[in-house]
Amino acid sequence: MRRIARALSLAFTLMALPATAQMLPGQAQSVREGLEIGTSTSEIAITSDFRGADLTIFGALTNTDELFLAIGQYDVVVALEGPRDYATVRRKERVFGIWMNTQSMTFEQVPESYSIASTRKIEDIQGLTTLSRMGTGVGIDHMTLSPTGYVGNAGSISDFRNAYKRLKLSNGLYQRDTTGVRFVSSSLFRATLKLPANIPDGVHIVHAYLFKSGDLIAQRELPLRVVKTGVEQAITDAAHEKPVAYGLLCVLIAIVTGWGASLAFRKD
Amino acid sequence: MTVYLPIAELSVNIFIILGMGAAVGFLSGMFGVGGGFLITPLLIFYNVPPVVAVATGANQVVASSVSGAITHFRRGTLDVKLGTVLLMGGLAGASVGIWIFSWLRRIGQLDLIISILYVVFLGTIGGLMLAESLRAMRRAARNEALPLKRPGQHNWVHRLPLKMRFKKSKIYLSAIPVVGLGFAIGILTSVMGVGGGFIMVPAMIYLLRIPTNVVVGTSLFQIIFVTAYTTMVQAATNYSVDIVLATFLMVAGVIGAQYGVRVGQKLRGEQLRALLGLLVLAVGLRLALDLVLTPDDIYSIAVGGPSSR
Repeated sequence: MRRIARALSLAFTLMALPATAQMLPGQAQSVREGLEIGTSTSEIAITSDFRGADLTIFGALTNTDELFLAIGQYDVVVALEGPRDYATVRRKERVFGIWMNTQSMTFEQVPESYSIASTRKIEDIQGLTTLSRMGTGVGIDHMTLSPTGYVGNAGSISDFRNAYKRLKLSNGLYQRDTTGVRFVSSSLFRATLKLPANIPDGVHIVHAYLFKSGDLIAQRELPLRVVKTGVEQAITDAAHEKPVAYGLLCVLIAIVTGWGASLAFRKD
Repeated sequence: MTVYLPIAELSVNIFIILGMGAAVGFLSGMFGVGGGFLITPLLIFYNVPPVVAVATGANQVVASSVSGAITHFRRGTLDVKLGTVLLMGGLAGASVGIWIFSWLRRIGQLDLIISILYVVFLGTIGGLMLAESLRAMRRAARNEALPLKRPGQHNWVHRLPLKMRFKKSKIYLSAIPVVGLGFAIGILTSVMGVGGGFIMVPAMIYLLRIPTNVVVGTSLFQIIFVTAYTTMVQAATNYSVDIVLATFLMVAGVIGAQYGVRVGQKLRGEQLRALLGLLVLAVGLRLALDLVLTPDDIYSIAVGGPSSR
């Protein structure tokens, strides 16, 4: 309940913002448009029954130009980018009748998860292509995937890139929703991002981009922490931080279980 | 009811895991095997990553061999000295096995090698078991007596140096083949997540000519330590032991085993072995199919790369 209340109060605060902007009609040309965002929560907890969640992001445009607004020249793209790590894509081939991994390619520091929502289809927002040329990489299709190490056959890079994106989309770690951002008033928008059940834990970043006639004019970032909570978190932490004690505990449980069973079922 | 496995990073149905543990425990009690060679493939079929399935399988075997070894210790059918010599080889083998395991994982061939090893071992053991039990059944039908086997008293194994006297087993045997056998099984424990009893027992009987009565107890004794050691090292190097999964499997497994023992005593030996042989062959065949059939997707992703860890 409190979370909803917080989100609502944020929404109302944001709704008040454009009113102040409209009070300065003469300066609208000289003052740049601004973008403010807020999330419904700053932390997502993965509990043992976590089946995925929706993240709602509220945002407001400030100093907007009435005319551009009326003809729909403003576009908003919101993306949740997961923690980055190397990713290795492997390709199987049939060798002596058996399918085995023969080729592999490792991509540098790519987000483990990526969920994007926009007001329109990304391809229709022209500025994004210029953005991807600049290497910012908004959207799954424009994501920078640069291979590390030795790349044997340059022609196969695009095969591996496409496979990477396709696999990530099919297992739900990458998601896109071309209607996920909706304007609730002329300058207030709400974006809903889907978080998959297998979302990696760590610090995610909410990116919001504002486009005016296809040009990027403002962007904002907010961190979002995804944490495994309770027992799950304790177990994962223990396994990685105190592996020897964790291993001992596993063995101990096994010995107690086996011994206990032989005591409990002893035929006397 | 679903439960989240923190290491496997997977939500699973708790009843399927408990059922799996109980069924394998039942079979292991019925046939007197550790069950590791069934639990690991079953976990892989249930989408548990092979890395986690192997490490957790080894942990599960600790529990089932502890309760088995205690029984044998009480009956006096456990040769601690022979077990200790086996164990020295076993620990060395398990260390080498872990190294191979991590290396295979790094080059991306781990899943393949695990599958191939399982297909080879399950196919061989299942086939031999089935053939042997069918022969025995045919003999029983014709009312023939068991052919009396009198193997030669000595083979090449008994000409090796470094002989030791094992009082409980009443044999005088070179330590080299014992350590060697332990070493080989130790590698399998790390790479396949099995106790290795299904290979060690026949090897001890036919190759080392150790009296049958101490073989099972002694192999269980050394399996406890090798699998416990493997669990520890897997936890320390690959972080791949899932304590939640292991606990469910173990609890269901040891209970299932007790009922399996009772049922096993009522059934006839040949039929029992034929059934186990069929089951083992079926699991092997399923794994073989996965290797040969065209996969849904020839690409796969692994998090991490050469320089990230």
